This record gives sequence, C-alpha cells and structure tokens, in this order.
Amino acid sequence: MAFRAGVVTFPGSNCDRDMAVALEKISGAPALRIWHGDAALPDRLDFIALPGGFSYGDYLRSGAMAAKSPIMRAVVEAAGRGVPVLGVCNGFQVLTEAGLLPGALMRNAGQRFICRTVGLEAVNTSSLYTQGFALGEALRIPVAHHDGNYFADAATLDALEAEDRIAFRYTESVNGSARDIAGVLSANGRVLGMMPHPERAIEPAADPALGGADGRKLFENVIAALASA
Amino acid sequence: MKTRILVRLKPGVLDPQGRAVHHALEGLGFDGVADVRIGRLIELDLADGTDEATITAMCEKLLANTVIENFTIEQAGE
Repeated sequence: MAFRAGVVTFPGSNCDRDMAVALEKISGAPALRIWHGDAALPDRLDFIALPGGFSYGDYLRSGAMAAKSPIMRAVVEAAGRGVPVLGVCNGFQVLTEAGLLPGALMRNAGQRFICRTVGLEAVNTSSLYTQGFALGEALRIPVAHHDGNYFADAATLDALEAEDRIAFRYTESVNGSARDIAGVLSANGRVLGMMPHPERAIEPAADPALGGADGRKLFENVIAALASA
Repeated sequence: MKTRILVRLKPGVLDPQGRAVHHALEGLGFDGVADVRIGRLIELDLADGTDEATITAMCEKLLANTVIENFTIEQAGE
C-alpha cells in the first residue's frame, strides 16, 4: 500500500514544500498537505511531518502558538496512537511546546542565526528513523535556526541518555545545545524532533555547497520500517 | 481587572540575550553591573473576579514554558 504521509503547514512555515517534495521523491507517493486550522487529520496517515519555518512569527516563544493550533490536538492524539511524527527545526520546537518531546529549544548560545551544514553522528540506531544508521555514523546535514539550543534539566538529560532517546548529536560546536543534542526521540521512539534539515539533503548536488544526500537515509528508514510493519 | 504576568528564565538557565545586553552595558561604560536577565511582561485585561487558578492555568498552558521559565502573577490596579 502506498506510503501515506501528511505535512502540516502553519502560518509562517517555510519548509513545508521541501518536506513534501522530499517525502514524494523518496516514497514515490504524494504527500498530503494539512492546514493548521483543520481540526482533523486525513484518514489512515502513516506518517506526519511538522516542517521548519517561523510559525506565527515566533510570537511568545518559537513553536508556542503552533503547539496550541487546532491541528496539533489531532497530531497529539495521533502520536498517542503510535502514528510516527517527525518535527524538523520549527517542527521540533512545536513538538517540545506541545509536550510530545521533553526539553525546550532556546536562543543559540552565540545569539546568531546559524545557517550552514554541520556534522552529526547517529546515536540511536534502533528507532524507525535511525535503524539503518551505524552507531556513530557521521552525517552532514544543514541547519538554519536562531533557537536551536536544546535545554533540559540534568535528570531529564540523564534519562534521555539512559533510555537511548538521543537520535543525533552534533560533532562540532553549533548552538550551545546541552550535551550536543541535535535530535530527540519520544519514549516509544516514534516521535523524532531534530534541528538539522534532512529534507534539504536528499540528493547529491553538482555543487557540494548545495547540500548532500545524507538526509535521504532517514526518510528511507521510515518508509522501509513502515512498509515491513 | 488588570493583571500582570512576569515570565522569567529559571535560575541556572543560561540567558544569552541577557549576557549580550550585559556586555553592551559594559561597553557603554556602565560599571558595577553584576548580571542581566531578560524576561517578559504580559498584561492581561480580565473579567472582574477571574480567579487565580484560571490565571495560573493560562500561564502553565501557554504564557510560560515551565521547562525553562518561572512566572509570577500580580494584580496591577490602575
């Protein structure tokens, strides 16, 4: 059966089309577009993506307003049923504000907006997003954010490490994130939030500055895992 | 009924914005500034008799992120 993915658009999302294109190119099936004001999700979704951007102009806190939008009630409910949810960049901020992931994304430690390709390593290799990665596998994926400085208290960070819920770490100094965390999984491993943009690295470009293909595997992992489930 | 909500970063949470402002104050020649922390003031105009529990719920659900922030509620008067 065709992979049925949905991409949510909030007012101020700007990576929603990139996400939809990535999902369509890799899965071969159309990605459904979902508006933030919708109260219900399309039926039988296999996968939900919350894209990057600046939802609601980052009013109050990044992701805070989007987390309370009508569609997020349905997303939280779907996540509760085990539907996988990927939040990238602003989508990660929305997931923490919605309570689907622990911690918070604060202003980058250096105050500056950071837009460049950074080094990551795969830390978890068992979730549906990461099962195709080798432990410590090096990836290069672009980041573009002002509020990517992951914060959680020490007890929460210890628990995330003990439960193997850190998906990716930065392998270079980026934004001041606690324990270099770049991506975090929910307790059941089916919700992933990450600041780097895998959807911007899905095919090799003639010019390496335009990004590589290291993000592609994450989507291939999800599609393969769900096809075999 | 005017109510003020003060939202502040919890003690121990690094405040890069406050640190940058601190440096800027020093750069302007203001000595003796030990620390700067930046918070947010939210003014609510509420129906008379809105109880504290309701205001607290507003703070916990939306106005503050209690992972990183504390809030205080004060009645503003006029």
